[in-house]
This record gives sequence, C-alpha cells and structure tokens, in this order.
Amino acid sequence: MDKIDSQKLIKKGAEASLYLTDWHEKKVVIKARLPKKYRPKELDEKIRNYRTAHEPQLMHEAKKAGVPTPTIFLVDMKNAEITMEFVKGKQVKQLLGMISKKERQELCIKIGELVGKIHKHGVIHGDLTTSNMILGIEGKIFLVDFGLGEKNTELEARGVDLHLMKRALQSTHCQFAEECFEAVLKGYSTVMGGAEVEKVFDKIREIERRGRYVAERKK
Amino acid sequence: MPKKEKMHEGLEMKKPAETYCLGIESTADDFGVGLATFNGEILANASSGYVPEEGGIHPREAARHHAEAADAVLREVLSKAGITHRDLTLIAFSQGPGLGPCLRTGATVARVLSAYLDVPLVGVNHSIAHIEIGKLETGALDPVTLYVSGGNTIVSAFDSGRYRVFGETLDIALGNCLDVFAREAGLKHRLGMPLGAALENLAANGKKLVLLPYVVKGMDLSLSGLLTAATTLLHKGEHKLEDLCYSLQEHAFSMVTEVTERALAHTEKKEVLLTGGVASNRRLQSMLGIIAEEHDAQFNVVPRQFATDNGAMIAWTGVLSYTHGIVTPIEESHVKLRWRLEKVEVPWIK
Repeated sequence: MDKIDSQKLIKKGAEASLYLTDWHEKKVVIKARLPKKYRPKELDEKIRNYRTAHEPQLMHEAKKAGVPTPTIFLVDMKNAEITMEFVKGKQVKQLLGMISKKERQELCIKIGELVGKIHKHGVIHGDLTTSNMILGIEGKIFLVDFGLGEKNTELEARGVDLHLMKRALQSTHCQFAEECFEAVLKGYSTVMGGAEVEKVFDKIREIERRGRYVAERKK
Repeated sequence: MPKKEKMHEGLEMKKPAETYCLGIESTADDFGVGLATFNGEILANASSGYVPEEGGIHPREAARHHAEAADAVLREVLSKAGITHRDLTLIAFSQGPGLGPCLRTGATVARVLSAYLDVPLVGVNHSIAHIEIGKLETGALDPVTLYVSGGNTIVSAFDSGRYRVFGETLDIALGNCLDVFAREAGLKHRLGMPLGAALENLAANGKKLVLLPYVVKGMDLSLSGLLTAATTLLHKGEHKLEDLCYSLQEHAFSMVTEVTERALAHTEKKEVLLTGGVASNRRLQSMLGIIAEEHDAQFNVVPRQFATDNGAMIAWTGVLSYTHGIVTPIEESHVKLRWRLEKVEVPWIK
C-alpha cells in the first residue's frame, strides 16, 4: 500500500481507484480494488478477489475477439491490484456531447460493433457505460472495466448487457440516448448478423417488459 | 408520454399563509393523509395500515380497508391541524405507481373532495414524493437518492428536468425480498412492528456470515436469486435464523450500497439521500453513511415517520407541482399503475 500513496490518483471510482505510475519505463495504470468498509470482510474479500481474477481474463478474451483493451502486465491477487497499460485518450462520456450528430452516430456504430464482437466471442462486459469506453489517440475505441463481466453465450446475458447500456445512455446522455442506442444496435447487427440479432433484440424487449412499472408489461 | 398537466391560472390570488394542501396516499397497504402548507410546513400526518391475516398484501382487501379507514384518517388530520375542510386550498393524491384497487380508492376520495370543495386536484407520482419529502425534511438539495421500499429499489438523481434512474432492481424490490424471507421464517406483521423491523432485530444478533448470491449488473441489481438461496437454507435448518437474517441483510444492503456508490462516483454529486420504508433500517443507514463519507458527500436519512408511505409526502409534492403550474383535471385523473419516475417532469428544480 505504501507504494500507492506516492503514485498519482487519476480516478476514484466506486469500485476501484486508478493510479498512474511508471513501470519498467512504461506509463501504467494500477487498478486497486480497495477494501470496502461497508460490507463484511469475508464478503468483501470474496467480491474483490473474484473480480480481480476475472477481469484480466475477460480483457484478454476481448482482445482475442478483436476488441482493443488495455494490456495487462501484472495481477496482484493479495492486494487485489491489476497493473495495465495506460491508454491515452478521452472517455466517450466526455465526447458524446461535444461532437456532431454524424460523428456521434459513427462513434456509436463502432461501439456497437465492438459489443457485437465480444458477445460473439462469448464475453459479456457487464457495465457498458460511456465512462468505460475510451477513444484512443489513434482512433481506436478501447473497452475498459470488465470487473462485472462474465463468460456467457446466453441470449439473456447479451440482452441484459445491451439493456444496461441503453439505461446508462438514458440516465447520462438523455438528449442523445435514443439516436445513440439505435446506432449501437446498427453496429451490433453488422457483426452479429441475421437471425441471432433478431433473437437478441426480442430478448431486450422482453427484459424491458420485465422491469417495474413498464407500461408495455404483460399481465 | 403526452403532457397531461395544464397551467393553472389564478394561483397568485391565494395568500401563502392561508394555503393548505391535503395529500392522500394509497398505493399499497397504507391509507395515509397529510397536510402541508405552501411554505413546506407539515401540519399533520396520519395513516391507517392494512395488516393481512397471512401472506402479503391482497389488493382488494387492502382497498376495502382504505375505503373504510378514509373518513377517520381524514378527520384525524384536519383536527390535528386545527382546520376544517373548508380551509383546504388544494387536494393532492398518489396517482401511481402502485396497486390498482388501492390507488383507485385514494383517487376516488381525492376527486370527491376536490369536486365538493371546488378546489384544484393534483396527481402526484409516489416515487417522486418519497424523494421530495426526504429533501424537505433533511434539507438535501441535489442528492443521489436511494429509494428502497416494499415495491421499489431505485437509485436516482436529478438531471435536465427530471429525476433519472441510474440503477434499480431487475426483479423484486428490497423490502419485498426482506418481507418474503421474514414470512417464510414465520415472523408476523404487527401494527407498529413491520416485518422488516422484526428481521432487523434478529439480524442484529446474527454473528456468522453465510455466503449467498451477490448479483450486481452495472448499476442494476437482482435480488430474487438471493431470496431463493436464503429461503432454501432456511428450510434446510442448518443455520441459526439470526445468522441467516444477518447474512441476507448484509448481502442485500451491500448490493444496494454498491450501486448507490457507483451512481455517486458517476454523478459526482455531494449529497446522498436514503428514503422509503427500508430507510429506517439502521444497518443500511450505516452502510450508506460510510460511502457518503468516502466520497465527501453529506448523508441524509428521511425521518422515520416519513420513511414509510405517508400522506404528508403527497401533500408536499402536490404543493411543488401546483405552484409550478401543474393541476390534474378530474377527467384526466385516472390512476397510473406503472408510472415510472423518469417519465415525470419536475419543473420545480432548476
């Protein structure tokens, strides 16, 4: 823990803190899942260990599917820390409101393609918010934060992943939520293709109806 | 959703000191009436709860209870406040979301009063009322709100004209999860001692944590698997009831706390508000207090008498709506069983 204090805290998230530091002449990010005082120690350790062990695996799988993710250099299970490549760029969250409608559409189509690629490869991201997407300086979009992800090929998991993304767009980017999600689905369709895509879309509608107080909900 | 609200004219003719709003709440098992002045003073708040002989709320039976209780609760509130029905300026009622028969009973009482007294009627969203009474009573201005009750589990915060839902349950509500487990364990709902409070007392004596499913998906969460696992263990009888109550609470509360913290980190707001029936739980309060502190945010809990469903919150939200141009003509006052909170415009927040 002492070494962390001397490093630069770049983001204090809910689940983990991100520190920027040098490691073997590289700029790296250390993602530290600090203990949460609110929950019992035993439960806290279980959750932190599980996520620390699974996140790098999922990021690696995403890479195999052709989706840019930061390269993992080191996993320290004892302290629940992951050392990974520092990706220079901007969060999509900050960008969406600053670009033109056309650029926004193109960006969201690309994001949809990435989500399609990981899903096709059997990976669920679990937290597809625009804070977890970084547009790198070379124009590549990186997906980060796979801490809530899982390996899963079921329709249900894919549907929930996209449903959560729609919800995140609605709460954070209410003005563009609809157009953005439409573009995401467009990109998603080109990768997933045909019959599979229709099944996922049906699932999203089913999940929406399952929600509380949804007008279209079936009796 | 098309805008149903119409601008009300003639508002400025009323003098603030003489304006009273009567609020009627009847979304679920409580029939509540509250009285608020237009300055945000709660003058009276009374309710009558329907207690099922067994099982959960039976909507028809609850509605029958409300119809029978309405007269006495109304009279109690007016007499506590020291005014008569002729002094009322505005009638507000819980228009949704909730159980149909219960909502309709409250709405009928409200329409009758509005028509008979010839004062305006305003339909209020129940979820928003829980947030607004919390803000009124604690002084919070722009919080991330965790609203937890028998029917709702919602993390929300204001943005661009509406309360936005950042996270919510994908299946059952937190209070529902705790209540069903408590009933399975043979605990009984008594007046003045809700099932959740009985469970909280048992949990306070639990020592051993039994690991159960913990399901957080993005900012949403799922509680049904946790409930199934906990009740299965309960019927196996291998663990002490106190330990299971403790473990259920620790898991469920950790999940809602985690998603609230995510919303807090995401929105970077500086206040946290805990509201709704489960807000009375001290363990949940302490967990949220910890995350608020870690993010340099102020932590607020709605006072106990305004935590469960109550008429005062409807009255106060009625005042906010009416003073910002919203009235609900009787012909548009049908109840909305599935009225999500992000569908409602809140012009009283800038």
